[in-house]
Amino acid sequence: MRARLSNLRSRLRSIGRRAAPPAFALLLLLAAGSEAGAGPAADSLSPGHRWWLPAASTAVAGRIDSLFILILWITSAFLVLVVLLLVAFVIRYRHREGRRAAHVTGNVLLEIVWIAVPAACLIAIACASNGAWSAMKEEFPRESESLVIVVKPRQFQWDVIYAGADGRFETADDITAINRVDVPAGRNVIIRLMAQDVIHSFFVPQFRMKQDAVPGMTTQMWFNVPAPGTFEIACAELCGLGHYRMQGRLIVHAPAEYDAWYAARLREKAAESASAR
Amino acid sequence: MSNQEAGAPIDAMARPRRLARIFSRDHTVIAKQFFAMSIFFLFAGGLLALFVRWQLGFPGSAVPVPFNFLMTRAMAPGGVIAPDAFNGMFTLHATFMVYFAVLPMLVGALPNFLLPLQIGSPRMAFPTLGMLSFWLSLLGGLLMIATYFVDGGPASTGWTAYAPLAAVSHYTGSSIGQNLWILSLAILGVGLIHGAVNHVVTIINHRAPGLTMFRLPLTVWSFLVTGLLVLLALPVITAAVSMLLMDRTLGTSFFVPAGLSVSGSPLAGYNGGGQPLLWQHLFWFFGHPVVYIMILPGMGVVSDILAVFARKPLFGYRAMIYSTFAIAGLGWLVWGHHMFQSGMNPLLGTTFMASTMAIAIPSGVKVFGWLATLWRGQIRFGLPMLFALAFLLTFTVGGLSGIFMASTPVDAFIHDTYFIVGHIHYVLFGGSLFAIFAAIAYWFPKVTGRMLGERLGRLHFWMTFVAFNCTFFPMHILGIGGHMRRIYDPTVYAFLRDLQPVNTFITISAITLGFAQLLLVANIFLSLKNGRRAEPNPWRAATLEWTLPSPPGDGAFAVVPEVHRWPYDYSLPNAVEDYLPQTSLHVNGTGTGADS
Repeated sequence: MRARLSNLRSRLRSIGRRAAPPAFALLLLLAAGSEAGAGPAADSLSPGHRWWLPAASTAVAGRIDSLFILILWITSAFLVLVVLLLVAFVIRYRHREGRRAAHVTGNVLLEIVWIAVPAACLIAIACASNGAWSAMKEEFPRESESLVIVVKPRQFQWDVIYAGADGRFETADDITAINRVDVPAGRNVIIRLMAQDVIHSFFVPQFRMKQDAVPGMTTQMWFNVPAPGTFEIACAELCGLGHYRMQGRLIVHAPAEYDAWYAARLREKAAESASAR
Repeated sequence: MSNQEAGAPIDAMARPRRLARIFSRDHTVIAKQFFAMSIFFLFAGGLLALFVRWQLGFPGSAVPVPFNFLMTRAMAPGGVIAPDAFNGMFTLHATFMVYFAVLPMLVGALPNFLLPLQIGSPRMAFPTLGMLSFWLSLLGGLLMIATYFVDGGPASTGWTAYAPLAAVSHYTGSSIGQNLWILSLAILGVGLIHGAVNHVVTIINHRAPGLTMFRLPLTVWSFLVTGLLVLLALPVITAAVSMLLMDRTLGTSFFVPAGLSVSGSPLAGYNGGGQPLLWQHLFWFFGHPVVYIMILPGMGVVSDILAVFARKPLFGYRAMIYSTFAIAGLGWLVWGHHMFQSGMNPLLGTTFMASTMAIAIPSGVKVFGWLATLWRGQIRFGLPMLFALAFLLTFTVGGLSGIFMASTPVDAFIHDTYFIVGHIHYVLFGGSLFAIFAAIAYWFPKVTGRMLGERLGRLHFWMTFVAFNCTFFPMHILGIGGHMRRIYDPTVYAFLRDLQPVNTFITISAITLGFAQLLLVANIFLSLKNGRRAEPNPWRAATLEWTLPSPPGDGAFAVVPEVHRWPYDYSLPNAVEDYLPQTSLHVNGTGTGADS
């Protein structure tokens, strides 16, 4: 067995020399990819990176990106391994006259190895994933310390509702907007989603987040954007013929600027209801 | 017809016999019927995909002239595909491909032809069920084609038909189309269940003497497991679409909650009480196993082809069988990974992440087992082998890209993007379809008695392999850029604008890929006419079908063979030939079991 293995090793080495250039090219490609991932921070309405992840604009987005890169490295390593072995075997063991293949039926040790090694990698990925998942979906910030916004999507627009002066929803002084969500930078924001007709999905690529809005139930997502900027909101769940143009804007203001914006909306609302009266 | 036969003596039986040839209970005829149906839908579905790609690659430009004959004015005013027609096209594309191209090929054509032959049986267990299986599937297929032409257009809710979009016709404008879509799937489901009963019982009851379960080739094992999956999964979708149909026509509200509105005014006719997520649970409880129904037969076929062309026993035969069962079993526990962002309890997300990760392990056992089968082999690059090797590569890519979605947080970003579209096509096209191409090249001589043309076949292989990767690999890049799937016009979004050249490149590659498939059809027809005559066993393979003449003709296995060994006795050190047929009793000499 050992002789056979060392024989295999020397064979692989000779194949390795032949296979090196394409393998190197592949690695270069991967390196170029991961380098493109680390770049300047959020910028507004223009994708920071051609053909790669859009700039990550929240801490959670950064966590998701590092998970993505981790999985990319692990899966790339397996892919490179499979490709190298495949190419090597196909070259080395192509048919030649007068030779006979080895009658090998299996090997328990090898089976154990290629069960255990992928299993270990998968467990590692799952453990690494679960922390970020909890942070995104389970550990919501306290509502009293967050800005809560109700978004009620319908075919094909986002109806956006802020609590008015009374701090409560579904009252006469609610502030409403369409296809535009204004939030302050550096503050936890909870988006409460209630679909009015079919399923939609609130997607901001730079936050790496999407959450389906399901009619008949309330779903939530949260984010905290450290710096001001303007982002596109896209609908990520097929919702009918206008699905592709169900687009919104998410505007992150500097905190003072946001307070001014909100105060102005409150005044507008008050004036509106006064004139209605 | 009647003129030609005017001179012939009147044969009272002629008419029924002609009918019997069409409504045949002969498994080879049923297999060919399924094959023809599947190829038709492959091309129809492919054409629809090219329309979708045209709009994405060149948004807002008119469909080129020879191909716009399929568009009514309502679908493409001014030649430009309209948004609702676009939604209908990708819905029908996926529906055709999944339900009427790949499924009929893998659970219809292949097992019907191979099953009695590979297990040494003169017949299937239930020939009438086999016949009904095809005719019901065809009826389903015809109904599905009809949806394209009805008032209001075809179903436009995706192949997943999420409620309430698919449950209330006001939301799409497709009324008859979506109803027919549901009926069609229900009928297809019943048809495929007929076939699965036939296949499972045939494998259990009709094996030749000496052919124990652990002497079955992997292809037959995969038909057995797939048959069981069909029996368990198809009833679920049949029930679910029936509920959907009742929601649409009777207002039952299984999937429709209270308080919905239609463009601002309350939705009438629905009392509520339903749950949109219930549909997703039911659909994916069927929908994920069906993914394995579409890949397991391919895995079985590729396992056997790799062994034959490497002249080596399949590495880890039992591990391969157990991993097939493991994939099929775990396949029932992972449906929730389609619903991580659906509003389902996030704790369930963690559970489904774990089960989904687990399924990568038996898949890895298969990939490494295939590689080890090549190790120290004597590899010949016949046409079937080229496709089998390509399968090994593309399935690996498709399997690995699945791990990204299994990770719940990463899925939050790539869910419903082109990353998913790239992944599913690596598994379904690079997996299932490459295995189907391999199977066509491998068993063509047995079915027709002629070899499939090698030169045209190689051209088809290389064009397909290159164009396939150029079409579907860049989709991962689109997905990483955040490109949503099922959107009509990506240029609407600023963050996608830089990606548009990728879209254009994909479209050009897809058109190349589509045209390359004409080579396959040309090759099949040319080879049928002029192909080299096939010997009984052109690949020098050990399984039972190769002991028969090519084509087997009537009365195959009239003398039931006796099986003495497993199907992978390749390159035994002390044997004369480098393979031993399963019927061969002695290691030395070529005598068959029947001689001794």
